[in-house]
Amino acid sequence: MSNLFDLLVAGLATGAIYALVAVGFTLLWQTSQTINFAQGEFVMLPAFLMLAAMHAGAPFWLAIILGILLSMILLGLAFKMLLVDPMMRHGVLPLAIATMALAIGIKEAVKQFFSAEASPFPSIVPTGDIAILGHNVSLQSIGVLVLAILAVFGLTALLNRTSLGHQMQAAAQNPTVARIIGVPVERMILLTFLINAFLVALASLLITPIYLAKFTSGEVLGQAAFIAAIVGGFNQVRGAIAGGLLIGVLDNLAAAYISTQYRAAVPMIFLIAVILFRPQGLLGRAEERTV
Amino acid sequence: MSGFAKPLKIALGLIVIAALIVVPMNFNRYGLFILSQWAVMAIAAMGLNLTLGYAGQVSLAQGAFVGIGAYAAAIMTTHGWPLPAAIVVAIALSFAVGWVLGYPALRVQHHYLAFVTLAFSTLAFLVFRNESWLTGGIYGISNIPRPHIFGIATSKPLPFYYVCLGSLAIVSLAVWWLIRSPWGRAFMALRENPLRAQSLGVDTRRYTLMAFAIGSALGGVAGALYAPLTQYIDPVPFNLSLSLDLLMMVIVGGAGFFLGPFLGAMIAVLLPEWLRFTEGYYLMLYAIAVMGLLIWSPTGILGILDRYLAERRTKAASALRAVAKSRLETVQ
Repeated sequence: MSNLFDLLVAGLATGAIYALVAVGFTLLWQTSQTINFAQGEFVMLPAFLMLAAMHAGAPFWLAIILGILLSMILLGLAFKMLLVDPMMRHGVLPLAIATMALAIGIKEAVKQFFSAEASPFPSIVPTGDIAILGHNVSLQSIGVLVLAILAVFGLTALLNRTSLGHQMQAAAQNPTVARIIGVPVERMILLTFLINAFLVALASLLITPIYLAKFTSGEVLGQAAFIAAIVGGFNQVRGAIAGGLLIGVLDNLAAAYISTQYRAAVPMIFLIAVILFRPQGLLGRAEERTV
Repeated sequence: MSGFAKPLKIALGLIVIAALIVVPMNFNRYGLFILSQWAVMAIAAMGLNLTLGYAGQVSLAQGAFVGIGAYAAAIMTTHGWPLPAAIVVAIALSFAVGWVLGYPALRVQHHYLAFVTLAFSTLAFLVFRNESWLTGGIYGISNIPRPHIFGIATSKPLPFYYVCLGSLAIVSLAVWWLIRSPWGRAFMALRENPLRAQSLGVDTRRYTLMAFAIGSALGGVAGALYAPLTQYIDPVPFNLSLSLDLLMMVIVGGAGFFLGPFLGAMIAVLLPEWLRFTEGYYLMLYAIAVMGLLIWSPTGILGILDRYLAERRTKAASALRAVAKSRLETVQ
């Protein structure tokens, strides 16, 4: 029983990070039809930016700020201006392929300019255990969970409660009408790219202390985020959150109770089942068919 | 490509084929390996081009079919079966699995289909890695023999390169015939407007499944050649990145163009090798080159050529019109 509880907490903590990444992924899809195959690498890179800042002598807190700012410039602004903008009008597939190439580029750049070895990364949450309901739970899991939940709540509040958030949603749902009623659609799209960059930087900060900083670590993360986004509903922020938590828990439980060899298969089979029987996702709404 | 005069095109094709036969004769071992790899990947990419470029069905699982073909060939040939028999089994197996994978395409399209096939790709990789009673697990299968073709041993790199090249030629002819047959037309109808195709009496259900099955079968052929080429296989080369690479080859070369996969495979296999002099930077430069190309021409390399020729044709046509008009005026 205690084992199950631990697994659930650890699963929720990883799932919350997946949720952050998946939310960013769905935001990009909604506003600009970008399927970002480099999303996992987007999570891997900020940790290295922060490490580089620390190697240059910056204290940890400053490195975090610099890392987040740099990510927003590189993975938000530059990504949109240099890759997405010129390709957006040519349809989904060429852009998706270009992001695959970008993923290779980021991985190789980190390997070349930083290191091919895994580097340890300091945790912003103190390590150790605390007792909850008679169970020892790692502070790190709790801290990750709390921070991720705060970020997600902040984002949903921004989207649903503020005028800016409403404008962003309008730009995503119907750009033409949004433009007519005076929403600066271009700026809103740029904003979603910046938010995505912020979310991945945050996810990077939370997950890297657990799995170490390595140039290949984006592959698994990116896939988990895809699956979370689709399982929850490709066109819904809350769907992506639910999907992230679900995949995190499912993954951990599968590893413990089904088979460690086939743990990666469980989310995949789940994904296939969801796509076949409820393609709009567990919480999503159906997309209209063109043609 | 229709802008060139036909004899010129045939001459150009013959020169390329002759070059592919003659030039590698004094290549070293490594050069021949890379060129053989190009031929093998071109076969797999051609299969994907059929599924994606002609029939319009996105698949991120072509690498898994290369894996299925490779394991079928490796297991059979190490148990004493001849390679041609293994190729037949690889085709049958990939065809059957591809057919089944086509079923989701009847329900969902575009990115959803991409993700179903992506999940399949990962599942196939897990099977290769975990079912060690069959696949040797992470240790893989070694000492895969190269075949005797018409009594000639192909264990040396040059003869085996010719096996790969010959297979590529056979597959190319078959695909060339297929896309010009009514089937090819039906595939294109499926891509352009499935609803209209159906109302014109094309059995879209059957052709969707066929597009997947035939494309996958070519992946199987490529795999069955890959195994004796490397003579050792383990699960790693057949993970998701192979599927992504193959997709990249098709798009970069030009999806829906017959010659696209040849060029795409050339870029994906040879360009990194040419960039090797830059040492650690070569994959980075490769990634930048691919992105740059796609920004410049989202329809791939042949898209550029196609646009150029279309422009030239329009210009030529308007020049002709102008001439005709002035003649008309002088007559009056």
